[in-house]
Amino acid sequence: MIEPIDAPATPSSQVLAFDNVTLGYGDFTVISELSLAINAGEVVAVMGGSGSGKTTLMRAATGQIPVMGGELKAFGQSMDRLKRVELEALRQRMGVLFQHGALFTDLDVFENVAFPLREHTRLSEEEIAQKVLHNLEAVGLRAAAHLKLSEVSGGMARRVALARAIVREPELVFYDEPFAGLDPISMGIAARLIRHLSDKLGCASVVITHDVPESFEIADTVYIVGQGKLKASGSPDSLRQSQDPYVKQFLEGAPDGPVAFDYPNTPAFERWCRDKGIEP
Amino acid sequence: MSATNSLAAIGAFTRKRLVVLGQLTRFLGQLVLRCGVLFQRPRLTMQQVHFIGNYSLIIIAVSGLFVGFVLGLQGYYTLNRYGAEEALGLLVALSLVRELGPVVTALLFAGRAGTSLTAEIGLMKAGEQIAAMQVMAVDPIRRVLAPRFLGGIIAMPVLAAVFSMVGIIGGWVVGVLLIGIDAGAFWSQMQDGVDVFDDVMNGVIKSIVFGVAVTLIALFEGWQCKPTPEGVSRATTRTVVAGSLVVLGLDFVLTALMFSN
Repeated sequence: MIEPIDAPATPSSQVLAFDNVTLGYGDFTVISELSLAINAGEVVAVMGGSGSGKTTLMRAATGQIPVMGGELKAFGQSMDRLKRVELEALRQRMGVLFQHGALFTDLDVFENVAFPLREHTRLSEEEIAQKVLHNLEAVGLRAAAHLKLSEVSGGMARRVALARAIVREPELVFYDEPFAGLDPISMGIAARLIRHLSDKLGCASVVITHDVPESFEIADTVYIVGQGKLKASGSPDSLRQSQDPYVKQFLEGAPDGPVAFDYPNTPAFERWCRDKGIEP
Repeated sequence: MSATNSLAAIGAFTRKRLVVLGQLTRFLGQLVLRCGVLFQRPRLTMQQVHFIGNYSLIIIAVSGLFVGFVLGLQGYYTLNRYGAEEALGLLVALSLVRELGPVVTALLFAGRAGTSLTAEIGLMKAGEQIAAMQVMAVDPIRRVLAPRFLGGIIAMPVLAAVFSMVGIIGGWVVGVLLIGIDAGAFWSQMQDGVDVFDDVMNGVIKSIVFGVAVTLIALFEGWQCKPTPEGVSRATTRTVVAGSLVVLGLDFVLTALMFSN
């Protein structure tokens, strides 16, 4: 593996801020009263159980869904007042690793990573090849550049998606479950790469995960969400020592405690029950 | 069901169709506005012309050949009654160039390329590829849909021309080689009777209109479908049904306009 980025770190500044934000879909609120801030060069882990709203948070921050309340700012600009052109300009400063990769199945590994460069830069073929191979090398897949997506494993595909997310050296990178489906070696390399990017490039990294050991290893700040709220936040050390029952149960993976296993009742479910003539 | 309920159901159905029509019109507008991609990035469109055209070529050519065979046989039996079998070349050519070439090609195109386009876009949606493009500040309508739209429009007249050409060869094989009609009469009657503007160009216009309609419906269905296996499957079926009906309806309107004097 090589070091992919040689640029010096930029001075710290706030790149993403949630101020009392409420998020959801239709009449279903996923998470409310969420306040958090992420600075340049920082690695932030957003953790929580399945369905706790981690991915929803990322969708709002990238302008895929509107906020239902509060204010969400990216690079100092309020997301709900942006025109399409302004939103696209902001998105060019972001990189996203999707939960399921979202790679383009009609392109090979090389072209997938080259895609953002071809769309947004005027680099020569030689420069594109150099950058793409450089980033593929960073995720250990330089020699897989020629392969079709159908020829790579699930774990390799996630590493390709990781290379694509960082190829333009964005200022803010979202990693949605970056460690899912990776073997222990790849997981360690991916975690170190995320940390390395933030340190060298000065980009802010938001790691959405429920993988405790890897994220605690690299994160500056950890936010734990659950039950529709931000439950806890702090440095990995402070959370490890927390006596909060929710934090303890989540970090230790204990079956009993305040973390609800059941999916909460929603207005849609209650309507469905009424239609069926059964008690919600 | 009471009369009021029936009326409400008709109203709801009409309203739903009008909403879809409005969405389709808006979608067409979005595509047309992004057709500049043809000049900015011609390679994207050329790839689609190759993909859509090349993969439909075999089915179009084989179908054209058999349609030509049948036209040759049926035309001969009818013309023979009036002693006009030497006009077989003209009959085959006019039938193909004016009607069967554009229409049958469009129907086959809806079944072959249209379903492929719908499924491709639907699966891209299901696999978050469309969302990934949007998040990468890449306009998916410009990058993915507009080149396919243009590719379909360009490929359709070429495929219709191939269909007609192979069909004429099929008619010649049956009429001249098998039945024994005079080859000179077959070709000269065709040459005299087929007008470049009234017949060939009208056929080309028809195939362009069908290309717009079928490709638009295919892309719209893929774009609007639910991102699930069932959603993609239903959208694919709708592409064939809606595409075929629209082609037949448009053919009637265009024929009435073009050949009614």
